[in-house]
Amino acid sequence: MYRYDEFDARFVAERVAQFRGQVARRLSGELNEDQFKPLRLMNGLYLQLHAYMLRVAVPYGTLNARQLRMLAHIARKYDRGYGHFTTRQNIQYNWPKLVDVPDILSDLASVEMHAIQTSGNCIRNVTADHFAGAAADEIEDPRPLAEIIRQWSSLHPEFVFLPRKFKIAVGASAHDRAALKYHDMAVEIVKNAAGETGYRVLVGGGMGRTPYIGFVVGDFVAKPDILAFLESVMRVYNQSGRRDNKFKARIKILANALGEEEMRNQVMREFAEIRARGTLQVPAEELARIDAYFAPPPFEDLKDEIPEGGKDFRDWVRTNVHPHRARGYAIATISLKPIGGVPGDASAAQMDALADLMDRFAMSEIRVSHEQNLVLPHARKRDLPAIHARLAELGLGTPNAGLITDIIACPGLDYCDLANARSIPIAQDIAARFADLDRQHEIGELKIKISGCINACGHHHAGHIGILGVDKKGVEFYQLQLGGSGAEDASIGDIMGPGFGEHEIGPAVERVVKAYLTLRKDGERFLDTYRRVGMEPFKNIAYLDQLYAAH
Amino acid sequence: MLTANRLVDGDVLYWKQGGWVLALKEGEVFADPAAADAALAAAQAFVTQNKVVNPYLFDVKTDAHGIHPVKEREIIRAAGPTVRGDLGKQAGDPSLRPPPRARSGATVRMKDDDVSI
Repeated sequence: MYRYDEFDARFVAERVAQFRGQVARRLSGELNEDQFKPLRLMNGLYLQLHAYMLRVAVPYGTLNARQLRMLAHIARKYDRGYGHFTTRQNIQYNWPKLVDVPDILSDLASVEMHAIQTSGNCIRNVTADHFAGAAADEIEDPRPLAEIIRQWSSLHPEFVFLPRKFKIAVGASAHDRAALKYHDMAVEIVKNAAGETGYRVLVGGGMGRTPYIGFVVGDFVAKPDILAFLESVMRVYNQSGRRDNKFKARIKILANALGEEEMRNQVMREFAEIRARGTLQVPAEELARIDAYFAPPPFEDLKDEIPEGGKDFRDWVRTNVHPHRARGYAIATISLKPIGGVPGDASAAQMDALADLMDRFAMSEIRVSHEQNLVLPHARKRDLPAIHARLAELGLGTPNAGLITDIIACPGLDYCDLANARSIPIAQDIAARFADLDRQHEIGELKIKISGCINACGHHHAGHIGILGVDKKGVEFYQLQLGGSGAEDASIGDIMGPGFGEHEIGPAVERVVKAYLTLRKDGERFLDTYRRVGMEPFKNIAYLDQLYAAH
Repeated sequence: MLTANRLVDGDVLYWKQGGWVLALKEGEVFADPAAADAALAAAQAFVTQNKVVNPYLFDVKTDAHGIHPVKEREIIRAAGPTVRGDLGKQAGDPSLRPPPRARSGATVRMKDDDVSI
């Protein structure tokens, strides 16, 4: 993985020292809160419902064992013994003290990490396919490009005062595991008819109060031109993105107001101008230098078979083990969704133990997925029984990746200052209702995603079943949405109708799933059945009890 | 009532007679809106002195059992996350913890008035 060079290390160290001074000036009163707030946000520090919250960047979701141990150390020393992995492949600490944050950032810097670009109207931490560098279906590792984008975008003078935040994702497989079409901008590594590798660039996707699916602005951008092309998009946005209304300031609003054709035309005009000057090509030697950091680890020549095991092991392999590009290896998803647990949470003890497991069995590498799970990208198939046994001991062996209990949930009103309703208890209730594993397998792939407010951190628009928490006169209500997808068949879920109360949303989801099992044809996922039959049959049964009560 | 966050660690505070306390139940309830506004104005001195941030007023009801915030947000803020009884102010005061949430198969179902048709 990428290692800081001299410039990176100095830049991060200087940033820590700068923030240490800013905190000292805030505590002494030299800075007031209005002056300090933008400074702390530039370093990932928010003030939430109960306390400060520090959001730490995990670039493209990749961590080594040393870094994971440091995250555990920070959780233990400065926080309450746990961290929360988010849909942005970041980790959040919910209880840091302001006075401790400079020391936390210093500790992070010692393992080449920081909290920059996790807040504010800048290009945020770049995300990527969590199977990058390991997936059997990948054209090439998307992380070198993600790293190049990170370096290009960090403190880029043109892009430090954007109309609004800007999120970029990178993928390299036909199967989209990075929700590319829901990003402000996304790069998909593709091959053209001649077999050459290049980049497809999408723009204008997003969630929040106005969800949009991104569209293609660059069908096939040549490798050396990629930064020029991305910069062209950023220039169109920077020039024409709205700054008068926060709710209309994202590029998705601009892109869809202009329309696909005009947006493409404007981007291509900028692109032609930049390219004519020839000032923004990625030098081949720099590309090679960064590529080298992500060179595949030395894979052994191994037998391509998974050892026999008991039922628990077989259940885990069935859902949590995925094809690897190297013979004899597998990708293993570590579910952070135990039944009754908090989606995305991991304790310091679990993180430490995982780091040991990574060192012993998984080439010291782990990934954070946008689905709030962790991933061992390089596991020997022969080691899978030992890995599973250890994960089970740690409470991390839940065999539910991609099933109905693998629920994304934002922190919601239990932690978040913006939230209107709680998300976590709803996720826990639904997971408990479907805890039976045979029932989960009978249901098959079904992605439930829950957000506690319209900002959609829980990706509810992209859920096969999405749930949005709303506040109605101080009481929590939950809207159901059906038919969303964050994958290559991306779609925005349709709102079913009036919201359900806290105690009714779980039963309503059960009725919807029951309807699906009745309606589905052979091989259909929930999403497929919904797309075939539409909302009506699900709506009828979801509201059934209430309709009878109302009449 | 009047609340704010302590600057140095972000902890939730409640106003009481010209100062701040950590527990909602020890805070001051204003029956008179003018008194509440006066307290909010007085709290600005603590903002200026860099002791607290973000002071604001919120609604509560009182009864024989004590003080009850009207909004779920303030109930949770006064206690801690409902999903982790070991965190927040409830960690030191179990009486703040909400009753366990009804789960599947539980007897509590508020189906008639729960859905907003």
